[in-house]
Amino acid sequence: MIRLRVNGETRLHKGEPFKRLIDVLREDFHLTGTKEGCGEGECGACTVLVDREPVNSCLIPVCQVAGRRIETVESLGKPDSLNVLQDAFLSEGGTQCGICTPGFLMTAWAYVRQGGRDDETSIRKALAGNLCRCTGYQQIVSSVIKAVRERNRTVRERNKIRGSRPRPLRKRAK
Amino acid sequence: MRGDPSTMEVLRPKAAREAVRLLARHPEAIPLAGGTDFMVSWNAGQRNGKTILDLSSIKEWARIRSVKDGLRIGTLVNHWQLQNHATVQREFPLLVDACATIGGVQIQIRGTLGGNIANASPAGDTFPPLAVYQALVHTVSPGGGRTISFADIFTGVKKTSLGPSELIESIEIPVLPSRPRRQMFWKVGTRAASAISKTVAAGLLWVKKDGSVRELRFALGSMAPTVRRLRHVEAFIVGKKPAGKVLDQACALLEKDVAPIDDIRSTAAYRLEVSKGLLRSFLDPSYRG
Amino acid sequence: MLAVGVSSRRKEGPEKLCGVAKYIDDYHLPGCLFGVTLRSSIPHGTIKNIRFDPKFPWDDCVIARAADIPGQNYVDLIEHDQPLLAEERILHAMEPILLIGHPVRATAYQALEHIEVDYQESEPVLSMEDSIALRQVLYRSDNVFKRILIEKGDTGAGMAKSDFIVEGEYRVPSQEQAYIENNGVAAWEEDDGTLVIMGSMQCPYYVHKAMKPLFPRREEKIRIIQTTTGGGFGGKEEYPNMIGGHAALLAIKSGRPVKMIYDRHEDMLATTKRHPARIRHRTGVRRDGTLFAQEIEIVMDGGAYVTLSPVVLSRGAIHASGPYQCPNVRILAKSMATNNPPSGAFRGFGAPQTLFAAELHMEKIAATLGIDSLALRRRNLFRQGSVTATGQVLRESVGASEVLERAVQRAKYVERRKECKQWNRRKDRTSWRGVGLSVVFHGAGFTGAGEVHLASRAGLSLTREGEIRVEAASTEIGQGTSSMLAQIVAETLGVPYQWIQIDTPDTARVPNSGPTVASRTCMVVGSLLQRAALRLKTAVAELQGTFPHTRAGLRTAARKLANGKPAVSFIEEYRQPDEIQWDEEKYKGDAYGVYSYAAMVVELEINKLTYEVRIRRLTTAQDIGKAINPVLVEGQIMGGTAQALGYALLENVIFQNGVMQNAQFTNYIIPTTLDTPPMSVELVEKPYSRGPFGAKGVGELPFDVPAPAVAAAVFHATGLFIPELPLLPERISRAKRDQTAR
Repeated sequence: MIRLRVNGETRLHKGEPFKRLIDVLREDFHLTGTKEGCGEGECGACTVLVDREPVNSCLIPVCQVAGRRIETVESLGKPDSLNVLQDAFLSEGGTQCGICTPGFLMTAWAYVRQGGRDDETSIRKALAGNLCRCTGYQQIVSSVIKAVRERNRTVRERNKIRGSRPRPLRKRAK
Repeated sequence: MRGDPSTMEVLRPKAAREAVRLLARHPEAIPLAGGTDFMVSWNAGQRNGKTILDLSSIKEWARIRSVKDGLRIGTLVNHWQLQNHATVQREFPLLVDACATIGGVQIQIRGTLGGNIANASPAGDTFPPLAVYQALVHTVSPGGGRTISFADIFTGVKKTSLGPSELIESIEIPVLPSRPRRQMFWKVGTRAASAISKTVAAGLLWVKKDGSVRELRFALGSMAPTVRRLRHVEAFIVGKKPAGKVLDQACALLEKDVAPIDDIRSTAAYRLEVSKGLLRSFLDPSYRG
Repeated sequence: MLAVGVSSRRKEGPEKLCGVAKYIDDYHLPGCLFGVTLRSSIPHGTIKNIRFDPKFPWDDCVIARAADIPGQNYVDLIEHDQPLLAEERILHAMEPILLIGHPVRATAYQALEHIEVDYQESEPVLSMEDSIALRQVLYRSDNVFKRILIEKGDTGAGMAKSDFIVEGEYRVPSQEQAYIENNGVAAWEEDDGTLVIMGSMQCPYYVHKAMKPLFPRREEKIRIIQTTTGGGFGGKEEYPNMIGGHAALLAIKSGRPVKMIYDRHEDMLATTKRHPARIRHRTGVRRDGTLFAQEIEIVMDGGAYVTLSPVVLSRGAIHASGPYQCPNVRILAKSMATNNPPSGAFRGFGAPQTLFAAELHMEKIAATLGIDSLALRRRNLFRQGSVTATGQVLRESVGASEVLERAVQRAKYVERRKECKQWNRRKDRTSWRGVGLSVVFHGAGFTGAGEVHLASRAGLSLTREGEIRVEAASTEIGQGTSSMLAQIVAETLGVPYQWIQIDTPDTARVPNSGPTVASRTCMVVGSLLQRAALRLKTAVAELQGTFPHTRAGLRTAARKLANGKPAVSFIEEYRQPDEIQWDEEKYKGDAYGVYSYAAMVVELEINKLTYEVRIRRLTTAQDIGKAINPVLVEGQIMGGTAQALGYALLENVIFQNGVMQNAQFTNYIIPTTLDTPPMSVELVEKPYSRGPFGAKGVGELPFDVPAPAVAAAVFHATGLFIPELPLLPERISRAKRDQTAR
């Protein structure tokens, strides 16, 4: 029995220890958002996050991620409440046929969350392990730039609010 | 996807000693680290019915430690960890460069240094740097461990000098005796990223005050069944100034240490021409082809 | 305008972004079998014997062979020469021989390892030249799938009157579509005998038509449903007929649902690819660069079966002389049968091949005459009123010179050419730099009478609850069909984009709007929807004066219109505009209703040590009539450009004995984020009177323009004229060595 944390929930895999992580996610946990494009670790369509880092789930037997925290595309948002990155993909044209999209979103989300910079070169490097055949990448890069800037703005605003809030008075013990 | 997990037996040692014991008892077991190579052939249905020795839980093998005059890198350290480690960045920058060119980020995070060496691909990107840094491979086995010089670790395409129950425990890289005058890592791949190399080079050069070569270390990958130090070139050029006819002769000598082939990625003629150009421009930075 | 010309958010975008959109392998079909295919390992010969290993548990497997086909054993396309399953004769490696179904995917694949086929091998014909030389007779008496002759004026006389004659031979290779979602379908028979096939495809009605001869039954008893499709690019235009037939055969034989999903290796090995071609040019020019006579010879490698070769050849031939005026033209084109796997549709469909040759040949002419390459284009480029090689007068919407001038200006072409020349003069540079230019045209819609034969039908339904649905078989495959059609309808009705829904391309629900190919969906199907929307608007106006502005108002109007029925439909049928006249026999007249135009300037540098090419800047202007959705249109342009950069620089299908040797992403190299440059895209709008809001076609045009611009830039950078693709470093290095040796 292998215990995993998937999208914040504890899940148990009772089947074969050598079943691939992608198949456990798709077949056993019915999380079909993660896609298989090549089975060789070239296309990145199967990218999920393991302990916040992007990996190709088509190359990982589930026994090797026992106890780890897994995040899939299903953790980002819902069609009527997209997260900042998904929303940017929608407004900038970062998704066309969509099959590579979950993989790109996970790699990009790790990048954004780790405080990745909003410059094109850094983003292209970070996404070099994900293949897209539809977009020519430019609108994907614009989407990530937009998301990074949006997120930085939100963080700055949050900090501003925190900074200006009066500190709570402390009662002195008598 | 043609792999059948129901046909696989998985052994999962938690510690090094257990791993050695299990491998001794199951010599047919295939040691598995990050799986970035093994799982590709497993997905193709070529590895059904095998026993797997999953090493990934052996925490002691995932550490990088400073040792006297060097760094000891656990066999399970992945290429992402390696390129982001401060000491590696400071002392072994060619290894950092190599790690950053292996596949995309997803592959760098899973692929391990020890796993890559055990896999012994002729095109391993970290091998030319390890060859010029003159790394040492520490192993463990039921009969005890030994230290294999990096020059002796590979015996052929996908073949190492490891015994049947021998596992790589760590890779030790000695700090360089002095700062080299020039150093270089260059990979010529099939595209700008996530590519297998057509030729991959690493070089270190020490120069005397009079401009002659004190020591050259130059290694090429994808140019022979295993990574190759250019021994003939290195021996020839010591004490000489890298210019004019000396360079012509050095580049000609390159052919003695490599055996490039035509394959689906490239041609022998191209590989040879480019490798000579890389060597020449390393020895003479004004060279323009 | 409120809906058209707006970058509305992709209709099906949120579902794709959340991993909720279901592609065929995401569907769970309880009790299904997984289907796999046994394929020939030899390119030419006959099957002598098939031996099944007795030790394998065959009882758990369902096996289907040609003899199990209830109808006739052929895959319907232009001709009926391709069997669904080979019986005796093998004409290409990877030809399907039999099918196996098993409940466990991995076991199904293992079963294939336990079958031995004994062949009697024949000598294979593996090149166009060997086919022309009739090393073996594979098809009819001369191996020619199709021959086309286009003639205008008198090229003999034209050559005699020319000042210079420039010759060139150009070769382009096969190319794999490499959609990230592999081919996949599911099939089953319902209790009432309806055969249902669901899957990744571009043309549900093509599959529908192909199933009838195989599994004879009434039309209504065949139902084809397109699932969310992860890229097509032509690779899922006709191939789903084959894989659909396979899954259906196993389903009918077993009585269970069958899923058939290829892995990357099989998809690359077995499915169709771009036609390789050899194109020869012989051009008579005046001293000042005016084109006076063009003789062009085209040969394409159609592979083992006809598939779509005649139509690919047609489009290739019609575009072969480039977007230039020339009074005397002779284009002789033929598509040859070989024992390579069948070639098929891939974005551009013959035009990228012949336009590569045409444009690079213009560079050769310029160099031979000592004329500036841009001046040569300007002198000969199509204008309104120009006459094409088929005698078509370009009456309207001719954006050729606009796109050329816009691209050249924004890219600072002339300046950059000078800068590169200066750069290259200095010996201490680590690279050579060059700038190249190309300009192309691409006909929108089916050639000639094609649209008439298709007789496309599409329209709208208004449900009694007030929902407006687009009813068309046109598929969303990433290019933006759903959004674009919804925007056209919304604009025509004067309602918000969000009010328009797209019905699933399901042959049980929607009319046949024709295949989703040939850059026709916006121009042809969009027009039908525009007309349907006008009729809907009129119908509502007749009822109550104005079209409602609120959902509640629409519901009321809908209930009245529906008059007790669940919905009311407004379906339109294609009517060819009177001004389009085409002679199929003589290949003369209006080949297409209208052409789109594109120009591109590519700046690149080549490393002097490694010969690796890096694109520094890419600038393009493209006339697509009207951008219904600018972000989606730019996406099509940039995506097509990236694919064509792959064609130009990286992608190399390596065949050996008729088998692709690099059939995985590890060794079939497509561009990554670091291989594609930032792209500067300008949209030019020269409206077409017959297109919805002036729109023409955009899907394929962007593929035609980059490769020749890259080759021209390599020529400019190095002085090496390399008339072949891909421009791999090995090829450039060899050309340099040959040049140095001379």
